[in-house]
Amino acid sequence: MFALTALTLLVVMALALIRAFLGPTLYDRILAVNNFGTKTVLLIAVMDFLSGRPDFLDIAIVYALINFISIIGVLRFFEYTEKKTAEYQD
Amino acid sequence: MDFLLDILSGIFLAGGSFFCLTGALGLLRFPEFFSRIHAASLTDTLGASLILIGLMLQAGWGLALPKLILILIFSLLAGTTASHAMAKAALKSGLKPIDQIGSGEKGTEEQKK
Repeated sequence: MFALTALTLLVVMALALIRAFLGPTLYDRILAVNNFGTKTVLLIAVMDFLSGRPDFLDIAIVYALINFISIIGVLRFFEYTEKKTAEYQD
Repeated sequence: MDFLLDILSGIFLAGGSFFCLTGALGLLRFPEFFSRIHAASLTDTLGASLILIGLMLQAGWGLALPKLILILIFSLLAGTTASHAMAKAALKSGLKPIDQIGSGEKGTEEQKK
């Protein structure tokens, strides 16, 4: 069951990367990267239990912290510099 | 008892995988940003909770259990806060939800004013 969950998480991360590459606005890319980061945390936890030795959960905690801080930082940066370029290009 | 825990954690892991997959499909297929953030953030919270609860049932009473609880608490707090910050930043930067930029709606709203 761990292998199936890890495979599903890899598929989910691939779909999020596709959205991050073709997202039309900046915020679609940020959303896809945030989704990718949370799924990375879950993948680290699942791979620990798949290998039988849960030693890397500290890395999962640190990855969750860094992911949240970096998303907030990127949003604070682009919230004030990206005023008019975020429109949809039809 | 171990067999029962295996089955229960398998159910939780399968549910979490299903919700993560539906969230990624919604993130890929929905038409604009606010529907995408709706699909991604809601299923992200539920899918991460279910997968982490499924792992907790397998972890036993070791050091792995409080770490998984920490990851769960932080994932619940950080995911919702990041989604709120993303939606607020997108609204402030001029991105409109789709019923305001949809076909013909914007013209009639401007004519009413």
